Amino acid sequence: MANGESEVGADAPAGGFVQLLTPEGERVDSVTTADGTTYSVDFTDDEYKGLYHDLVTVRRLDGEALALQRQGELGLWASLLGQEAAQVGSGRALRPQDMAFPTYREHGVLYTRGIDPIMPFGLFRGVDQGGWDANEHKFNGYTVVIGAQTLHATGYAMGVTMDGKTGGPDGEAVIAYFGDGATSQGEVNESFVWSGVFNAPIVFFCQNNQYAISEPLERQTRIPLYRRAAGFGFPGVRIDGNDVLASYAVTRSALDRARQGEGPTLIEAYTYRMGAHTSSDDPTRYRIASEVESWKAKDPISRLRAFLTKQQIADDAFFAEVDEAAKTLALDLRERVLAMPDPAPVTMFDHVYPNGSPDLDEQRRQFADYQASFEGSEH
Amino acid sequence: MSRIKEFPLPDLGEGLTEGEILSWLVKVGDTIELNQPIVEVETAKAAVEIPAKWGGVVARIFVEAGTTVEVGTPIIAIDTDPSAGPVPSFDGPVPSAESLAAVQIAPAEGAVEPGMAGSPAPAAGRTPVLVGYGPRTTTAKRRPRSGTPSAPSTSAAAPPPPPPPPAPVAPAAPVTNGRPAGPVLAKPPVRKLARDLGVDLASVSGTGPMGSVTRDDVQKAVANRQSAEVAAPSVTTGPAAAVFDASREQRIPIKGVRKLTAENMVASAFTAPHVTEFLTIDVTRSMKALEKLKARREFRDIRISPLLLVAKAVLLAVKRHPMVNSTWSGATNEIVVKEYVNLGIASATERGLIVPNIKDAGRLTLRELAEALNTLVQVARSGKTPPSDMSGGTLSITNVGVFGVDTGTPILPPGESAILAFGAIKPMPWVHKGKVKPRQVTTLALSFDHRIIDGELGSKFLRDVGDFLTDPEGALLSWS
Repeated sequence: MANGESEVGADAPAGGFVQLLTPEGERVDSVTTADGTTYSVDFTDDEYKGLYHDLVTVRRLDGEALALQRQGELGLWASLLGQEAAQVGSGRALRPQDMAFPTYREHGVLYTRGIDPIMPFGLFRGVDQGGWDANEHKFNGYTVVIGAQTLHATGYAMGVTMDGKTGGPDGEAVIAYFGDGATSQGEVNESFVWSGVFNAPIVFFCQNNQYAISEPLERQTRIPLYRRAAGFGFPGVRIDGNDVLASYAVTRSALDRARQGEGPTLIEAYTYRMGAHTSSDDPTRYRIASEVESWKAKDPISRLRAFLTKQQIADDAFFAEVDEAAKTLALDLRERVLAMPDPAPVTMFDHVYPNGSPDLDEQRRQFADYQASFEGSEH
Repeated sequence: MSRIKEFPLPDLGEGLTEGEILSWLVKVGDTIELNQPIVEVETAKAAVEIPAKWGGVVARIFVEAGTTVEVGTPIIAIDTDPSAGPVPSFDGPVPSAESLAAVQIAPAEGAVEPGMAGSPAPAAGRTPVLVGYGPRTTTAKRRPRSGTPSAPSTSAAAPPPPPPPPAPVAPAAPVTNGRPAGPVLAKPPVRKLARDLGVDLASVSGTGPMGSVTRDDVQKAVANRQSAEVAAPSVTTGPAAAVFDASREQRIPIKGVRKLTAENMVASAFTAPHVTEFLTIDVTRSMKALEKLKARREFRDIRISPLLLVAKAVLLAVKRHPMVNSTWSGATNEIVVKEYVNLGIASATERGLIVPNIKDAGRLTLRELAEALNTLVQVARSGKTPPSDMSGGTLSITNVGVFGVDTGTPILPPGESAILAFGAIKPMPWVHKGKVKPRQVTTLALSFDHRIIDGELGSKFLRDVGDFLTDPEGALLSWS
């Protein structure tokens, strides 16, 4: 199978998927799907090494965040462990003008956008509302309501069309992230209907990590999720979500379709959530250890590392260097998270209206007076 | 900051108030690194490992394994700069007063404004409302108001004065005389409790806010009444002696393995219609066979017990009646008959009942089966049985004989269709070759899911297990 062309990758679920790097670290030159689209990547050695760097860094930062939660420094954390390839591959496929709409788990996509990884920590530490400037980063706020961001993304994509920013190789495209559980939500289906009918320049990127909290995939669907797209009138393709190359190649192709004005695509990244749904969840209560073990063998990082080693693109010194750099970044992140100041209670009034309101201003004044009535307050 | 840092139990999952220390992964004197797992904690939501917040040397462990502690309680102290020499001032086995003062262990009702986030949970074991994130310290602390006289205002027009701020740790003094005249203050559930227990609220001293009567007050009143009745045998015709004495009840939180066991038992008992059959047999020959086995070279270095032969008997009998080893799958309208036997062995552990299983036990030789049984029991006793060992069981044995009882009516583990109880082996008078003789006798009990297994099949299976144990050599030869 290696170094050849194939219809579907090896070790695929029933129905197959696009795989360009096997779990053993063998490259598949290109994959042609049933609709005649051929997917491949043409990376330089440095680009491969860059992807490895991304994957390791993203996993290390995620591990640090989980530790911080366990140490009482974050209220909650949603770990991306196991889903690094889906996020890094699709994130790196984005062009600077493209807009991303994440869930609350897209820390890897956030990193590939070049955003300081500390940005979402205020939300999880409970010291801000997670309200960063979406336009500045081309990265919308983390959306906790399941599936809601697909509607926001669809609306944004309609705006891109209306602004006349599609129709060329440098057009704009939008990507909406969601999980397998979200496909059962009305919002996601409404987004599919609208985007299909109006040819919105959007890529629906579903990370099928097999569980909606504790609910397994077979409770969401009777057919593979990517096949749902056919019913809405746009293409759907399933990729090996643990293969960063497939994630990159297919997302880039789908984004290019969108920016050319050719409409939406659904990508189902077939992956696995190795950890808990969030730090408040205990997955041992609903899934068996042997299933987790079988997915360990498909780890996104170890397969890329095996490939880099076999191809003599990188050696142990490089891997150690990447680990060390990731550790330094993680410890720096830890220090900065611990130093985050608690917000003044009165700031809760700040972002309710863009230009204030008389009623609210009065409430703010009264609240400030109340705060000042305590001993030790600075007023 | 001091070089000795105390780590308080954090809120591990969105509003939890307590956690149980399952086990310590480090001990005093250990050198630890940042983020090294140090302790396993079980909460209402999950059992998790907590990574060390600082690197250094473990200076003190404040809370023993098996203890349930409030969120915010210091559980470990870490010397973050051990190279700086010994710390003379740090020798107490308890957390510093400073850190303890930060923990507001739920005081008596009335210490905090009612209705405020962080106000104490109602007493008498009721589940606290889950509020907010983080240790309770952040919500229960109240800053004093500036410029407000601390003496209660007597003006009728003024709103009720705020209650006094809580004294750290020490419970608020009961307010018995401060109750205003007028109707007795008490919340509706407390009124109902008093009515149910035959307590006149007006006779009870309230210790709650504004002198209101709390649940505790009512229960204390009942307890006092009872002790008074015991002291002076009653000749009055008052209400029948109340049967409610909180001081003589122990309340054990339902959680962890106990909770899981209960859920499994209820799920099984009310979905699978159980039938239990019994068979009393003479196992003298099995006991002799066991002795012979022990004398053999292959078994000399391994501990074997009658349970081994029972397990073997079950595995052989399953081969003759495969339907016994099956699952009722209502969702797919199927009976799933399994060609492999994952043999569960019910085991009593300190954390409660668990049923780990031996995977594909039918393929093991007798020697391998003996090893697997020993390992399973040892691992279960050490409390380290991994979840994978506890899932996927297809058929189980419960060895109630080890507790010295004759038999029982076991409840099926969920998803399994049969479970065999194996009672104590005792010398009993038994008719053997036409004469009453003392023989080694035991009773087997087989519970099975009557949806799948009819009485005929269940009886044949149980009979086969019994035949094997009555005459192992004979059964082996005639079945082979």
